[in-house]
Amino acid sequence: MRLDEFFVTGDPLIYGADVSIALTLIGAIFALTYFKKWKWLWSEWLTTVDHKKLGIMYIIAAVLMLFRGGVDAMLMRAQLTVPDAGFLDAKHYNEIFTTHGTIMIIFMAMPFLIGLINVVVPLQIGARDVAYPFLNAVSFWTFFMGAMLFNISFVIGGSPSAGWTSYVPLAGLELSPGVGQNYYLLGLQIAGIGTLLTGINFLVTILKMRVPSMKLMQMPIFTWSSLITMVIIIFAFPVLTVALALMTFDRLFGSHFFTMMDGGMPMLWANLFWIWGHPEVYIVILPAFGMFSEIISTFARKTIFGYKAMVYSMVIIAGLSFLVWVHHFFTMGAGGAVNSFFSITTMLIAVPTGVKIFNWLFTLYKGRIRFTTAMLWALAFIPNFVIGGVTGVMLAMAAADYQYHNTYFLVAHFHYVLISGTVYACFAGLYFWYPKMFNHRLNERLGKWSFWIFVAGFNLCFFPMYFLGLAGMPRRVYTYGVADGWMSMNVLATFGGLLMGIGFLILVYNIYYSFRYSPRETTGDPWDARTLEWSTPAPVPHYNFAHLPEAKGHDAFWIMKEEIKQGKKPEKKPYKPIHMPSYSGVPVVMSVFFFIAGFGMVFSWNWMSILGLIGVLATMVIRSFDYDKGFYVSVEEIEEHEKTT
Amino acid sequence: MEAVEHSPNTPLEYQTETGRLNILGFWIFLGAEIALFSTLFATYLVLVGRTADGPGPAELFEISGVLIETFLLLTSSFTCGLAIHYMRNHSLKGVFVWIGITLALGLGFLGFEIYEFVHYIHEGAALTTSAYWSAFFVLVGTHGAHVTLGIGWIILILIQLKQRGLTPDTSRKVFISSLYWHFLDVVWIFIFTAVYLYGMVM
Repeated sequence: MRLDEFFVTGDPLIYGADVSIALTLIGAIFALTYFKKWKWLWSEWLTTVDHKKLGIMYIIAAVLMLFRGGVDAMLMRAQLTVPDAGFLDAKHYNEIFTTHGTIMIIFMAMPFLIGLINVVVPLQIGARDVAYPFLNAVSFWTFFMGAMLFNISFVIGGSPSAGWTSYVPLAGLELSPGVGQNYYLLGLQIAGIGTLLTGINFLVTILKMRVPSMKLMQMPIFTWSSLITMVIIIFAFPVLTVALALMTFDRLFGSHFFTMMDGGMPMLWANLFWIWGHPEVYIVILPAFGMFSEIISTFARKTIFGYKAMVYSMVIIAGLSFLVWVHHFFTMGAGGAVNSFFSITTMLIAVPTGVKIFNWLFTLYKGRIRFTTAMLWALAFIPNFVIGGVTGVMLAMAAADYQYHNTYFLVAHFHYVLISGTVYACFAGLYFWYPKMFNHRLNERLGKWSFWIFVAGFNLCFFPMYFLGLAGMPRRVYTYGVADGWMSMNVLATFGGLLMGIGFLILVYNIYYSFRYSPRETTGDPWDARTLEWSTPAPVPHYNFAHLPEAKGHDAFWIMKEEIKQGKKPEKKPYKPIHMPSYSGVPVVMSVFFFIAGFGMVFSWNWMSILGLIGVLATMVIRSFDYDKGFYVSVEEIEEHEKTT
Repeated sequence: MEAVEHSPNTPLEYQTETGRLNILGFWIFLGAEIALFSTLFATYLVLVGRTADGPGPAELFEISGVLIETFLLLTSSFTCGLAIHYMRNHSLKGVFVWIGITLALGLGFLGFEIYEFVHYIHEGAALTTSAYWSAFFVLVGTHGAHVTLGIGWIILILIQLKQRGLTPDTSRKVFISSLYWHFLDVVWIFIFTAVYLYGMVM
């Protein structure tokens, strides 16, 4: 392979990216060396198994990916603003919408939510860590290395360009001969390992690590939503693993699962992809529902309305999520009976979702509402999500879908549910739990600016797309003609996109500004909130709880506070040594080997993939022979901690 | 992690918190494995009959080899169960003997399977021949890869048993690997039925 095939050449945008990547790397290495932070980076972060630190790393990675995916989005909007624009050519445009979709779902939405789950859920259930802290680190690092592998494609070897759904034959060897599609397959495969492990880890954590007094039906709603999400992950992700593996076999080893000849079946890919893909959208929406429930309940100062209905509706949504996948390709022509079945199951999902919407509204009803930034995101979510949901029911009608399919109507629909559902929740959750993570709040004034600009921009960007879709504009086209008459609404959409970008930049500035100027927290409960994570002091000690808290109902911390108000004195119990797991460098090293193996497979360099896989196996053997039992936090150290906080 | 309250009859592997958590987690992992193999079975069954210009399964499958494989693997599941029985009786020697036999049977299974694969390839049915054979090799091969990995894993555990004897940690590892081994046996029963028996009568 020649060097100019290895590096992507010929596009000034790519050269700009090359330079900025090189500068960032050099800058990071320089800063770490200059401030003598290498040891700190290794011993505090790279080897950590602390769920709070892993959660923070997930969120940092997700914000970076949000930036990358957002830049992709801005490039697309720039190209589509006016007819016959020449900013991007067709191939480049295809690559950008592919990476935009993949990154936003797999490397932004999921890790952002999993990051918040990591930080919050063990604290909410009164646990000192997750069930498998080592595995948790493996999860993070495989996600991170998978994401990096996918992301370097645009400067080394070329990006995938067959859409985030990678339908065959377009994604097959004949029509996508480059290495881009291999990056998609291997990057997702490696990150998928981490997601599956997270699923098992948090399912066991929530089932087995709760404080003994917390019954299942007393768990905070966010913990419930996480539990249900983990079950979906456990049964959905193996399907993706297989689907990706089969396409990898097709592309690298000449098998015929999805090929056009020798008996291959292209539609099999679409089925397998969406059997994972539809549950996947519930994986990214259910935790969001959970967060909104916590935030609305806290800032309406009321317990959540219809707790049981909330739980059962999520269980029903999870069950139905496996029964609707064909609605992604009604136009495939599976026949009236099949389409009708999937049409009805899809519409059924609106029922439990509607129950949840009403529960949130009734929680607000007669509440003493505080309009914090987190609450504003939650309040904006309700109407925006309803717009997305109602258009979803329109799309669910198989006959009508023949009209909407593959148009901007669909693009508008899924952005309305994914942005106003997942992204708003990520922002709301970030503002809400930020003091738990960093011991200071994000600035509310900047937060509100960012909120209003982003939400206005979002609606301006995506609402016109419904009408563009009805006017016939197909998705995934890189340009259109003047005569199509789509320009005015595209200009509006681009303007809205710009506002969203500004809103995001204000958020990023807010992180810096609050780091510098926000007052540090003195209590662990800045919002007068209701669940156990707020009973921990600020900053949260690495062992989370000096004494395990007691849960006397959901809103356990609220009950505790009420009891203290009524004069109950918290009894002074002596501290006991606390057992904690040791940090380990094995997960990050193992994941680097995964990266090496993946990179080798992308380019079909067998020596490199074998080397990487040997490394993976070797690190597993090292782990198997590791009988480290962790360590005990001494009573003196606990007393020291509890005094200062 | 610390030992938890338990009765004198609690097996070693259940005596620690780590033991209990890891065993439950592994059961859930097996749930994910079921989802994985279900997808492979579904793929296989969808692609049955799509042999293009290549040979069909009925022309190539030979029942004798497959029966030997089945016999070896099913017996190994039984001997693996005996190993756990001896572990519960705190007999390290019994564990070594019966796990040793289990591994030998597993290796025998693998040997016959590799021979079978080579035979098919010589007869003109390879991964690249047709969609049907792609699905066959990937489904049966994934099971075979699991067996291979399991043998390597259990050898590592035997070394640790040799070093440390039967402790809550080592017996937890033996127990979990036995769950894995029985699971592979269950998968094989489905392969035997859905792939070989169905393939012979097709």
